[in-house]
Amino acid sequence: MSIALDQAIELVTQEADLLDHGEFTQWLSLYTTDGLYIVPIDPSGDDFEKTLNYAYDNAHMRKLRVQRLLGGRAISAMPPARTVRLLGRYRLLDSSDTWCKLRCAQILTELRQGRERYYAANITFVLVQTDTGLKIDRKIIRLLTSTEALTAVSYIL
Amino acid sequence: MLTLDPATLVGSDYADGSIYSNPDLYDMEMERIFMNTWIWVAHRSQLSEPGSFITTFVGPHPVIVSRDRKGDVHVVLNRCRHRGATVCEHKSGKASSFVCPYHGWAYGLDGALRSVPYQDGYSGQLDKAAYPLVRLRVEEYNGLIFATFNQHISSLDTWLGRARLWIDLFMKQGAGWPVKTMGEHRFTFPGNWKIQLENTTDAYHFPVVHKSFLDSVDSETQNIFDFVEGSGFVEDLGHGHSVMVMIPELVDLEANLEIPIPERFQYLADELSKDYPPEQVRRIVRAVGGSGFNLNLFPNLACSMAFFRVLRPLGVNQTEVRHIAIGMDGGPDIANEARLRLHEHFQGPMGFGTPDDSEAWDRVQRGSLAGRDIAILLNRGLGREARRESGNLFGDVSAETGMRAAYRQWLAAMTDTSFSGDAEA
Ligand code: FES
Ligand SMILES: [Fe+2]
Repeated sequence: MSIALDQAIELVTQEADLLDHGEFTQWLSLYTTDGLYIVPIDPSGDDFEKTLNYAYDNAHMRKLRVQRLLGGRAISAMPPARTVRLLGRYRLLDSSDTWCKLRCAQILTELRQGRERYYAANITFVLVQTDTGLKIDRKIIRLLTSTEALTAVSYIL
Repeated sequence: MLTLDPATLVGSDYADGSIYSNPDLYDMEMERIFMNTWIWVAHRSQLSEPGSFITTFVGPHPVIVSRDRKGDVHVVLNRCRHRGATVCEHKSGKASSFVCPYHGWAYGLDGALRSVPYQDGYSGQLDKAAYPLVRLRVEEYNGLIFATFNQHISSLDTWLGRARLWIDLFMKQGAGWPVKTMGEHRFTFPGNWKIQLENTTDAYHFPVVHKSFLDSVDSETQNIFDFVEGSGFVEDLGHGHSVMVMIPELVDLEANLEIPIPERFQYLADELSKDYPPEQVRRIVRAVGGSGFNLNLFPNLACSMAFFRVLRPLGVNQTEVRHIAIGMDGGPDIANEARLRLHEHFQGPMGFGTPDDSEAWDRVQRGSLAGRDIAILLNRGLGREARRESGNLFGDVSAETGMRAAYRQWLAAMTDTSFSGDAEA
């Protein structure tokens, strides 16, 4: 039976909740070993390996990113930004019994040092069925402002 | 009202805190520095073919940088001569002309006004030759393209002077191929442009601000970046330019190629060995790691280890910074991809280094508003400063020699109204 929309939504909602509540170690376990977390610059391209991104994280880089957030040694993440993200407009683009592709919208509000900032994005997830349940194999975060000048983003989008 | 005298704000080893926040001083800087010195606008590879163009800024002025049919590069103000509309809003592209979207005046790649719709309305009195897009002076050195409003300042070669040698060394990152740009990270921070200018040759901050980056690399790499008490140096190159050498072994990427390949690049060396002889593998791997120095070119370009850093003042307390990744044009994909991943690791709004720099600069801006007449100190390393045979002043790697050089140039530009661009060390 192919993966249903509500199963997919459950996983990505859990991810959003973990990130907003600083539970980064647990966040790591949502990904497959070969999983990639990508924040591209180019709004349309998809050859991420050959182009410059804001983030192109394999398991090793994701772990380092979490260590950086929790380590208390980065002045831009000390204290870390507080975030609230809202996901919506879910659409299952493709689905089989082993994997699915989900696209949704995300509005993230960040508060740090009295400044509120916003980032809107389209997110594409590729989720795969594993022995231990549904996991994230790709998360591609296309910021609405990816080709504009951003501000420091010392947290996980 | 008191007239603003920049000379009262900057001394040889200190600056007044108001230099980051005085709006009148900022306006004066835009005139006297950004309209009177050579401002970096593009790298040659961004205009690879006839018809290629990019849009960018010289200080606050929007400009178009284009390559015409004959291969010549032009920098023109992005301002229609009719009523002032911008004639191009694309970041880059290819064009044969720029047609103003308001009333349709059309300009060639060199800025010449070619045609005006319904020309009869001018009763034959519009002399098209008199209304080209306004041209800036353009000169190029080793792929770096600069422009200036000032037709009288000395040539780019003279302006870059003793920095040219370092530009040549920096371009060795092509490992024999031409250097090309490979995309950029663009971000803003709420602070004055000079705070960023100071940072390029500030080794002192590295182990403090970049702790979390250092935590994220292997111990061999940590050792390489542990340069503050090493044998590096900062050298004043004249005209406000300076170089900070962090890793002396990596000044010339083609010298002493026999030193061992760092462990983090071994996978790359192994992969490249399938296609290239050992000597070239070493040369490519070395290029991927970047130069062991940061070159600061007053006022807006840094050639920093493995990328270009470009600053653009947006206002007295708002600055845009671009980190442009570079690679080898025609070189192995795997090596260029390694460069991109290294760039993503440290640079840009989501890197492990840039956000911490940005936070520190933000704090300088806010903290410097506290109190009055409290100096910003630029005196570190004065006691150990000496002069080379070339005449260049130099200090140890964490000396503030580079900042003193930049502010000396700043002062010369800001106080000499007939400024011709020459403040010597
Ligand atoms: S403003 Fe450009 S044609 Fe009128
Ligand atoms: Fe830094």
